[in-house]
Amino acid sequence: MSNNTAQKQPELVQLLTPEGELRRHPDYPIDISAEEMRGLYRDLVLVRRVDTEAVALQRQGELGLWASLLGQEAAQIGSGRALRPGDMAFPSYREHGVAWCRGIRPRQLLSMFRGVSNGGWDPHEYGFHLYSIVIASQTLHATGYAMGVQRDGALGADGTAVICYFGDGATSQGDTSEAFNFAAVNNAPVVFFCQNNQWAISEPPERQARVPLYRRAAGFGFPGVRIDGNDVLASLAVTRAALQHAREGQGPMLIEAFTYRMGAHTTNDDPSRYRVSAELEEWRSKDPIERVRTHLTNEGIADDAFFAEVDAEAESIGERVRRECRELPDPDPLDIFHEVYAEPNGHIDRQRADFADYLASFEDADAEGVR
Amino acid sequence: MTEALVGEGRGANGAALVEMTMQQAINRALDTALREDPATLVFGEDVGRLGGVFRVTDGLQAAYGQNRVFDTPLAESGIVGLAVGLAMNGWRPIPELQFDGFAYPAVDQIVNQMARMHYRSRGAASMPITVRLPSFGGIQAPEHHGESLEALFAHVPGLKVVAPSDPNDAYRLLLQSIRSDDPVIYMEPKARYWDRRQVVLDGARAQAADTGGDPIGASRIARPGRHATLVAWGAMVHRCLRVAELAAEDGVDLEVLDLRWLKPIDTDGLAASVSRTRRAVVVHEAPLTAGLGAEVSSLITERVFCDLAAPVQRVTGFDVPYPAGPLEPQYLPTIDRILLAVQRTLEF
Repeated sequence: MSNNTAQKQPELVQLLTPEGELRRHPDYPIDISAEEMRGLYRDLVLVRRVDTEAVALQRQGELGLWASLLGQEAAQIGSGRALRPGDMAFPSYREHGVAWCRGIRPRQLLSMFRGVSNGGWDPHEYGFHLYSIVIASQTLHATGYAMGVQRDGALGADGTAVICYFGDGATSQGDTSEAFNFAAVNNAPVVFFCQNNQWAISEPPERQARVPLYRRAAGFGFPGVRIDGNDVLASLAVTRAALQHAREGQGPMLIEAFTYRMGAHTTNDDPSRYRVSAELEEWRSKDPIERVRTHLTNEGIADDAFFAEVDAEAESIGERVRRECRELPDPDPLDIFHEVYAEPNGHIDRQRADFADYLASFEDADAEGVR
Repeated sequence: MTEALVGEGRGANGAALVEMTMQQAINRALDTALREDPATLVFGEDVGRLGGVFRVTDGLQAAYGQNRVFDTPLAESGIVGLAVGLAMNGWRPIPELQFDGFAYPAVDQIVNQMARMHYRSRGAASMPITVRLPSFGGIQAPEHHGESLEALFAHVPGLKVVAPSDPNDAYRLLLQSIRSDDPVIYMEPKARYWDRRQVVLDGARAQAADTGGDPIGASRIARPGRHATLVAWGAMVHRCLRVAELAAEDGVDLEVLDLRWLKPIDTDGLAASVSRTRRAVVVHEAPLTAGLGAEVSSLITERVFCDLAAPVQRVTGFDVPYPAGPLEPQYLPTIDRILLAVQRTLEF
């Protein structure tokens, strides 16, 4: 059914076909070197390997939960590599590929899913905000941040742009519509990057919207474009253009990356209850990594040695992720009282002191051999 | 401002003494904040050209421009979500939600986002946001314009909640809230907007700490007394002061404790007052059940149980949705209901 929706929509920017052939697009020209192309391939493979390892770690009980990005690597790596260091990204909770591009270490991502932290990194250090779990809440944060950029006077060709990631499910939330509208009326420098992975847990597109998502933007007064979300080059080129549009003060844009969630919603989900495997098979033929590999091979810009090298690096990252996950320190119980407030707070201090005494009473008992 | 300021004078430390309404005092505090800190931003529905539906932001856009004082589209979640994003970018937002009842659409952004971002980020993203929320009843407005949300917000870790009762506190507590690096829900008692009193404005040498000497979380004895403590906040402080005047005619000397900060609550100040008077009546506009009066009562019991001569009394709104305008006087704690509770605690 979702396939029918796709066929009804001819306006889809695609620069690299599933067969690995380059396509020209009048609005989104891309000039990419062989080295950059190999770099994108490497990103795609490594990020998938991190994801695969995380799923395995959850199965082994090392993670409480994992939200797999399987199938969405191109949308995330393409857009993530379009960002400049000074740009700011506001993710949902599946943006492991974007996190990778922003320099977040896999173990920092795992800390939340292992339950040793509610966050895991300093958003300012990486230009990548913390994962947002309440769907669409980050769309407003991105808009507010972008309005701050306007007030800093940080626009222009070398200015700052903001990007906000969310899924098809989030487009049903009021916050998304509010963010679209606030960004539009204020001409805020924000790119709304919607990964339409076809499934909001068990809800297919036709249960979520009556019009293609990218067309929403027109109603709010800014451009919207649908791209082949499994095409890393389309994601890179269109996001780069949208970011430039934003940083030069021309306002927001919506990119709908039409992709597919190959895995479950999270490791707690069982998609076999609501979708047919034929659909999965069809999308497997549009795999975001295979087409890049085919292209690299056909164009002769990568050889077997390169692919073997990337595979080896992937294996070593897999091992490192596994090791670092297990090495993540369990938080100190008294950590729960830290940073509730920025300023000193007597009530919290008293509760922490009481709880510390309570915990210490067991240590005393242990020391005295009392059980 | 629409009204001329009268009674200007000089107090201690060169601070200006000016008589003004609470609405003007809040305006002056916003003006001070916008002047002293270029990172402050005032925004919300109708706060710009109109100056707010209560004219609290009157003249600020003209003085500070549309970048610092601006209107937003009509969406409360959007307003608070915007504040969160601006705070992440180093700004010090002062959003207004037009009326108490319209805070509900913003609850996710307030509770899940604004209140927790500092904690979630381990201190990397502080949220120095002051949400101005015209609150409480007493102006005979339609439904959703007379709500008391203090218990809801006081329950949320990460928030601070404050409700001034007079113009001087409105000025000082607002500056204190804005200068705080934590998110504050600043509840303005609409019914007292036109209350005119003397306000001690910051002196020429306005210091960040110069907010009257009381730290965040400090209560204030609005009237000292010996026989029982009336605990109140917002518009109910004024009503309790009236109750105390009437009780004094019968020889009953009531203390009125203006709690001011509803989170954190001044447990020490509360305990000290009730320990002296040995009797307490908590008065609030919100419904009885799980209202903040229950917290106050519990704190008193935990701290000064042995000093109590009578159980803590509560005089509150009823456990009903806020009634239509003409019935508001019956719903809100009346002077007679408060006096009755005083009598019960004295005769226990």
